[in-house]
Amino acid sequence: MAEQKKLSIISMSGDFDKVIAVFTLASGAAAVGYEVNIFFTFWGLNSIKKETGRRFIGNGFMARFFNFLLGGRKNLPLSRLNFGGLSPILMTGMMKGKNVATLEELFDASKALKVNFFACEMAMHVLGLTKEDFIPEVKDVLGVASFLELSKGGQTLFI
Amino acid sequence: MSAFNLDITKERCPMTFVKAKLHLEGLEAGDTTEILLVAGEPLDNVPRTATEQGYQVLETIHVKDNIYKLTIKK
Repeated sequence: MAEQKKLSIISMSGDFDKVIAVFTLASGAAAVGYEVNIFFTFWGLNSIKKETGRRFIGNGFMARFFNFLLGGRKNLPLSRLNFGGLSPILMTGMMKGKNVATLEELFDASKALKVNFFACEMAMHVLGLTKEDFIPEVKDVLGVASFLELSKGGQTLFI
Repeated sequence: MSAFNLDITKERCPMTFVKAKLHLEGLEAGDTTEILLVAGEPLDNVPRTATEQGYQVLETIHVKDNIYKLTIKK
């Protein structure tokens, strides 16, 4: 059987550094001809929200409060030494200075290379989010069974 | 240094591959392009994946130091 060039990533963390890893792998793999699927769940959903900053979105008081605290792609915290959100800004500056792609560039590259984005149905339900709260590139809302079917025959990573 | 269409010598992984892929995708069938890149990861992988994706790598020239120029046809 021919080897299938397919990479599926479960993006669970909402940490800046881990989200960078997700989009680095996704864009790199797509660029060298892999079919790439990303399944965003729990904090991973923050990186595909339409609102990239802190906004009261979602259904229900608790969900709105939670989503405000979590925020979106532009205020993801560093997993260590976050210093109240200062470190991701400094890190982005260092990356630009060393000509390494920033999170936004990797994110845009992933979209341009047609990486498939999927959102986790259960986590969306908990956080009171609907597909309309996400960027239009999110192809579908899935559960475990559909994701397994989708990732079958390729490599899967959990980040 | 002679003319080239895409310079990815200053790029880092994964943007080397990303820029090469988007550049090649933008070509019309029959078009030829020249890409400048450095030895190592880019030189090992850009021609290999281009060939895999049905492009023709016509030529690989050593320009200077660790810089190479690929000529690729769609």
